[in-house]
Amino acid sequence: MKARVTVTLKNGVLDPQGKAIQHALSSLGFSGVDDVRQGKLIELEIADQDRDKARAEIEAMCEKLLANTVIENYAIELV
Amino acid sequence: MKSAIVLFPGINRESDMARALEMASGRAPEIVWHKETELPDVDLIVIPGGFSYGDYLRCGAIAARSPIMRDVVAKAEAGVTTLGVCNGFQVLTETGLLPGALMRNADLKFVCRDVHLRVETTGTRFTGGYEEGQVIRVPVAHGDGNYFADEDTLDRLEGDGRVVFRYCDADGNAGSRANPNGSVRDIAGILNARGNVLGLMPHPEDHIEPAQGSTDGFGIFMSVVAALETA
Repeated sequence: MKARVTVTLKNGVLDPQGKAIQHALSSLGFSGVDDVRQGKLIELEIADQDRDKARAEIEAMCEKLLANTVIENYAIELV
Repeated sequence: MKSAIVLFPGINRESDMARALEMASGRAPEIVWHKETELPDVDLIVIPGGFSYGDYLRCGAIAARSPIMRDVVAKAEAGVTTLGVCNGFQVLTETGLLPGALMRNADLKFVCRDVHLRVETTGTRFTGGYEEGQVIRVPVAHGDGNYFADEDTLDRLEGDGRVVFRYCDADGNAGSRANPNGSVRDIAGILNARGNVLGLMPHPEDHIEPAQGSTDGFGIFMSVVAALETA
């Protein structure tokens, strides 16, 4: 089973990289972009086929390593 | 004073740190590789600067979960004096020993130059040798030194006198232009609640002798030696 973890900065945490991307888009002529937030996508190949167990395990991975919950949120998607 | 430097792959400031520690204490520190599981019996644990694990995932994130760190956290929580500089500060926040996080510099640039710091408190084992409000000049060299914590945490840090160093200009005025990385409230270094763990982004170990243009950083090492040898 594959899992996708999306890590994004929490609301209220400044994202200078997102801002830089927004400026670059605007200088390319894409003027309708109000805001850009940059995050990370982490793909995991999971041996366990039990979805609930896998989800709980990945949640623990996010809390312990994949995300820094001081500044980041995470979302888990099993595919 | 016996000290140990924890070494991860990608760390590159351990020699400067070792020199500063030896000059201050008269004793060379032990170097402890990240795969070890136990630290020697020391009075001071230091995590130096560099780019542990190539800054993969987040700066300091992988190092913070390496085998030796379990013992570092246990000893720091038991009260052993612990210092993290630059990447070491990032590692300490990633372990949770220090609150907050260090994010990409606000202007996205790697900053490598001297900065001025205001010593906000001398009531710590790291700053007893300075004067309150003293301005010191030390170098920074980082791309991710932008300190962030939520407002409650910041208020608690300020209220408890745990903001130890703040970026300022040569006259001691904190403010946006003196702040090299966008850190909230110009914070350059903080202490844990118990007062035994200090993390800071600048490199005091690189301003310890006149040939380096300043000896302002040596005060931290002399303060620690004085505090620990009279304790």
